[in-house]
Amino acid sequence: MYTENKTSFPDLSETAWDIIVIGAGNAGICAAITAAEAGCSVLVIEAAPKDMRGGNTRHTRNLRAMHDEPTDILTDAYSFEEYFDDLMRVTKGVTNKELAELTLRKSSELTGWLTDRGVRFQPALSGTLNLGRTNAFFLGGGRALLNSLCHHAEKIGIIISYQTPVTELIIEDGFCTAVKLENGQSVSAKNVITTAGGFEANLDWLAEGWGDSAKNFLVRGTPYNKGIILRSLLDGGAQSVGELDQCHAVAIDARAPKYDGGIASRIDGVPFSMVVNKHAERFYDEGEDFWPKRYAIWGRLVAGQPDQIAYSLLDSTGVDRFMPSVFTPIIDDTIEGLADRLGLDPVATRKAVDDFNAACPDGPIDQSILDNKATSGLSPEKTNWAAPIANPPFYGFPLRPGITFTYMGVEVNDRAQILMQDGKPMANLFASGEIMAGNILGQGYLAGIGMTIGAVFGLIAGAEAARTLNSTAQENKQ
Amino acid sequence: MRLVDIAEADAHEETRRIMQICNACRYCEGFCAVFPAMERRRTFTEGDTAYLANLCHNCGACYHACQYAPPHEFGVNVPQTLSERRVETYADYAWPPVMSQAFQKNGFLTTLIVSLVLGLCVAGMLILISPHLFWGIHLGEGAFYTLVPHTVMAGIPLIISAFVLVSFVMGWRGYWHHTGAKWGGMASLLDAMSASASLRNLGGNNAGTNEGCPGPDDRPANARKYYHHLTFYGFMLCFASTSTGTIYHYLLGREAPYGYFSLPVLLGTVGGVILCIGTAGLWYEKQRMDERVKSLKTLGMDYAFIGILFAVSFTGLLLLGVRETSFMGLTLAIHLGFVYGFFLILPFSKFVHGIYRFAALLADANERKQS
Repeated sequence: MYTENKTSFPDLSETAWDIIVIGAGNAGICAAITAAEAGCSVLVIEAAPKDMRGGNTRHTRNLRAMHDEPTDILTDAYSFEEYFDDLMRVTKGVTNKELAELTLRKSSELTGWLTDRGVRFQPALSGTLNLGRTNAFFLGGGRALLNSLCHHAEKIGIIISYQTPVTELIIEDGFCTAVKLENGQSVSAKNVITTAGGFEANLDWLAEGWGDSAKNFLVRGTPYNKGIILRSLLDGGAQSVGELDQCHAVAIDARAPKYDGGIASRIDGVPFSMVVNKHAERFYDEGEDFWPKRYAIWGRLVAGQPDQIAYSLLDSTGVDRFMPSVFTPIIDDTIEGLADRLGLDPVATRKAVDDFNAACPDGPIDQSILDNKATSGLSPEKTNWAAPIANPPFYGFPLRPGITFTYMGVEVNDRAQILMQDGKPMANLFASGEIMAGNILGQGYLAGIGMTIGAVFGLIAGAEAARTLNSTAQENKQ
Repeated sequence: MRLVDIAEADAHEETRRIMQICNACRYCEGFCAVFPAMERRRTFTEGDTAYLANLCHNCGACYHACQYAPPHEFGVNVPQTLSERRVETYADYAWPPVMSQAFQKNGFLTTLIVSLVLGLCVAGMLILISPHLFWGIHLGEGAFYTLVPHTVMAGIPLIISAFVLVSFVMGWRGYWHHTGAKWGGMASLLDAMSASASLRNLGGNNAGTNEGCPGPDDRPANARKYYHHLTFYGFMLCFASTSTGTIYHYLLGREAPYGYFSLPVLLGTVGGVILCIGTAGLWYEKQRMDERVKSLKTLGMDYAFIGILFAVSFTGLLLLGVRETSFMGLTLAIHLGFVYGFFLILPFSKFVHGIYRFAALLADANERKQS
């Protein structure tokens, strides 16, 4: 966790806020701006210091947006039908179709809405992951998006209080009467919008779904998502959605930081390598499909191996086939030497590599296609890009499961209201972002959809929270 | 895990460490030329880091956008690190090589040299010129030369300029060879000239939308770019003024001071005013800049150079104002002192950023064409 000298807080509890937003990420600030633009007084409370604000938004880069024709930031077209098919494919149908349709349709408004509030996008690009058609890239990434949004929010009078962790929501019969802060204060508002993320940084909670192996997970995402708000909501009677052990887990460099490693901890070399566990045994087809389609299953695969560790082994030909990694690979001139450096048994590793090399087909591989250069006689086989690990020096990357975010959250309706276990909406509690993304993304992953869900439901939550207040005010007048 | 302990790393090593992180992230590739240039490499030699450092315009956009900036344990600070690497390269390519030392405590040294030259100039003229001439009122053509013969007044900077030119050429050569830069033909030259003239890398967006780079409140702003434009174009106008003056002197046989509405004086006046505003603005912007983006190791050099440039243009305007009074002699001495001092420190001052920046832009233009 990051520590900074705590500044003295103004007494937030003295003000009667219309709306409190918990969490200053994409979802929270979108909700806050929408509510403030509708005339509400809005307080945003954020656990992190300003430099680390915004949860996992810091680590994002784009959002996935439906569009019928090319725009200056998106190429070609991405129809509702295609988007919906993509979502169905990755979630295998584990989604609330009504909310999914709402999200996808409303995603077409997002780039315009954000641009009008100071967010800058990159022009349609053909670079990373070839997502220029489906995804709009923030110029400078998620932190830059957040800088623009927070600046706009403060300009229109929204108060953002940093380093203000919440300990508990006081909920009585679905009505949030107070938000307890770690500094001892208690704040309250007519409506509360929760956008405080999941619980990926809470290893004890992860262990409830994963057992002891969770202690060996690295958390790629923010260290601030400890699930305090989610726990409070569930304890207060909210209906949960999504499975406890569902999370976005990729294989990352084992030398990455315990928390907050983000995108740079990624390893792209798996398809051009052989991957072994700590006993120098292969355990999965490294060449099953293109890496962008497979990287999100490898966290789970490594998590299933003894001590939750694996090693990607390459030779000097293979190592140039993918994006450079943030950590310099471990290098040696011999397989035995490399095994020794990695902490693998040299004899067993030598044999595994020899067996692998003997099973490889002849001829060069073609990484631009699924080239069907498959091994024969191994279990499991490597079905594409199988090439012997023969040209020294040899390279190794240690791999660990890296958790980006969790899926279990609270159930919401199409007005972003949190639902109780009896199916009725809570009186004054709304949700957006990772804390409710599981309604739409029940499992699997589609690049950039997290930001889309956060922004769409942020706009809905902000508008609905403001609308209920305004209609109450209208009624009182009459 | 720290890849390298920052405190012990030299600027090249720290640049290499950071570029390895940036190259695995690449979120900043839309801001300026530095990141696409980085993406064309997998490893970073000393020549590579020298090239990237000189391509950087130190705007800070990437710092404010960086998910790995302090307090993150990766501690990525691209603008500050590249500033420090940049001043290392100024020292590496300085000619004569002994002058590498000049980039240690550069602010102090350049200020000292200019002060000494200023002192020498004023004292020399006070001693050598009889008081009734020095404090007299001189009007009309040749007025300046009643105090200092033209041969001396123009000869001194001519000799200094010859040395400065050799020093620049040798510095360029050193840079060009060390970074492995390649000449990309006229198209690259034109592209680099356009990048320099427009400062498009301070536009904050490779798409050319030109919203600007983060100002003190990390919102896009163009103030620093515009002040640099004023400084650069003001300087060029002053240069044009001197050149036309030289033509007047030798080809037309007319001697300074020239009339207020003559070409050399018009160019010099407009240029001087613009240069004063530009340098004052750059000073102001430098002060306002986010502390975390600035490098303490280069601030002295930056302020000293901006200050001296301001003094040169301001005393020039002052001379124009008092040239028909008895303060002409003293003001001329002060102005000449600043001008001579300024010329003398050119190759060992912030001025060289223009040389290496242009070389980097030239190499970049060629690389982009190739890729």
